[in-house]
Amino acid sequence: MLSRFLLKRLLTLVATLAVASLVVFAVLELLPGNAAQVILGENATPESLAALEAKLGLNESAPTRYAHWVSGLLRGETAASIAYDTPTAELIAQRLQVTLPLALMAMAFTTVAALALGVYAAAHHNRLGDVGVMAGSQIGMAIPNFWFAILLVLIFAVKLRWFSAGGFPGWREDEGGGPGPALKALLLPALALAVIQAAMLARVTRSAVLEVMREDFVRTARAKGLSRRAVLWRHVMRNALIPVVTLMGLQFANLVTSAIVVENVFVLPGVGRLVFQAISNRDLVVVRDTVMLLAAAVVLINFLVDLIYVLIDPRLAPAEAA
Amino acid sequence: MSAAAPGFWTRCLRHPSFLIGALLSGLVLLAAALSLVWSPHPPAEIDIPNKLAAPSALHWLGTDSLGRDVAAQLLVGSRASILVGVIAVGIGLAVGVALGSLAAARRGWVEEVIMRATDFSIAFPALLTAIVLTAIYGPGLLTSMVAIGLAYIPWFARITRGAANAIWARDYVLAARAAGKGRWRITLDHVLPNIASVLIVQATIQFGTAILAEAALSYLGLGTQPPQPSWGRMLNEAQTQLFQAPQLALYPGVAIAVAVLGLNLMGDGLRDLLDPKLARAR
Repeated sequence: MLSRFLLKRLLTLVATLAVASLVVFAVLELLPGNAAQVILGENATPESLAALEAKLGLNESAPTRYAHWVSGLLRGETAASIAYDTPTAELIAQRLQVTLPLALMAMAFTTVAALALGVYAAAHHNRLGDVGVMAGSQIGMAIPNFWFAILLVLIFAVKLRWFSAGGFPGWREDEGGGPGPALKALLLPALALAVIQAAMLARVTRSAVLEVMREDFVRTARAKGLSRRAVLWRHVMRNALIPVVTLMGLQFANLVTSAIVVENVFVLPGVGRLVFQAISNRDLVVVRDTVMLLAAAVVLINFLVDLIYVLIDPRLAPAEAA
Repeated sequence: MSAAAPGFWTRCLRHPSFLIGALLSGLVLLAAALSLVWSPHPPAEIDIPNKLAAPSALHWLGTDSLGRDVAAQLLVGSRASILVGVIAVGIGLAVGVALGSLAAARRGWVEEVIMRATDFSIAFPALLTAIVLTAIYGPGLLTSMVAIGLAYIPWFARITRGAANAIWARDYVLAARAAGKGRWRITLDHVLPNIASVLIVQATIQFGTAILAEAALSYLGLGTQPPQPSWGRMLNEAQTQLFQAPQLALYPGVAIAVAVLGLNLMGDGLRDLLDPKLARAR
């Protein structure tokens, strides 16, 4: 049963990625008409235009170009960036060393803060602690994450001088960085990313826990003498996790795009900053490949969320596969 | 329901989160309306000798690095936020509701195609869509409004289809079909009026996220372009002056947060008020 479910989801994943690649290709390669013209602008000379057209392979037919692009992506052999003259795969791999740890750190902060606050609020339902968490989360959801990032810079870099206002020293000690300084540089950005997400996730955790706590088996567990705490963590949490994991999946996808903005606040050399600079440079090759990567990341995360559901609650699999 | 049950508007006035939300949203709307007829100074008026001035009777919130009046920019900046909310939610609502109702009315392969299309379009969140469109058409308020609106279509389509399917299963729809009403008429006469409350709540919340998205895009320089003031771009400019004039980074952020908080609270309140079943269950 499980393997059939897996196969079905896997096929959907591949189909979704294929459609997404077609859309990215159509919008960034076909819609602009002549990509070389967009990149060079109105005042380009015919010679430079012809040279770039040849370099981008624009003389080929659209299906050939699409096939070439996709097979290149799959083999990791991508076209060279126009601005940097480096294969985009190399550029993106370099930038992922910043964005990936940043996203993971932000997600870790989000999960810890949201579960703790959500469960705390549910356990103190309708009392002062609950009202406080709910009010705080409303404000957290209304704050733009880049503004929160600026406020963090203002407090911790400008006033207290505990952190630098931006930049990234790198992971290697021989290049002036190292794991310690690198993690320190990612701390404030990760916090800025985590706030809105944690606010939202805490609310969902709270209502999911409250819902499960009304169920009969919780009363039974309490009646057989288990402590409130044991019931909460052993019985309630497992059952409350489904909506929490759903939102976490959506949020991780959201993080990927929010990182674009927050990386710019802290001048971090991540994927977000890469795509932002690529727009300013009219580097359509980099925009195309980065957007494809980010879209693929979102699709992949949703796929993983579906798999995690089944791990949490195996009852979900056969129903889906049937 | 007894005859003494309070009317809708009375219940609105007694609902704290709706009331606070409506007041905050009303404040922002009022600011935008006021800016059309009056502003303390022309928002784009540059006055270098008076740059980074502290708040005074002349400049209530001081001036920025070019000597422009911050209060005037905040006031006029509310227009861009509201415009983006209206247009983006309008696009998402119009197209999403049309697709969602079509899916619910036709079922079969039409529904399948529309729903699979929404599945895959969530791979392109608003910001990513905006980046793609900006790469081709260049930055601007119009591009960002369209991008945010496009990204909202699948969400409205899903919600519409889910709610509409529930209505299509009701007995009175069956009766209407038996009476010879077509799908199109049933959708207009029965389905849409009955799912309106769900859509109103969703539109209110999406309005808030549209304001956040526009602020982020303008902060990146991809949204509203100068000289038109916008809260996002004010924050971008303020960031370069963090050491000299940190207060400049506060006002636009507070303005955005107030607008979004107001819309979120109002949406939450409307959900309770328009769905009495849910309110009783709490």
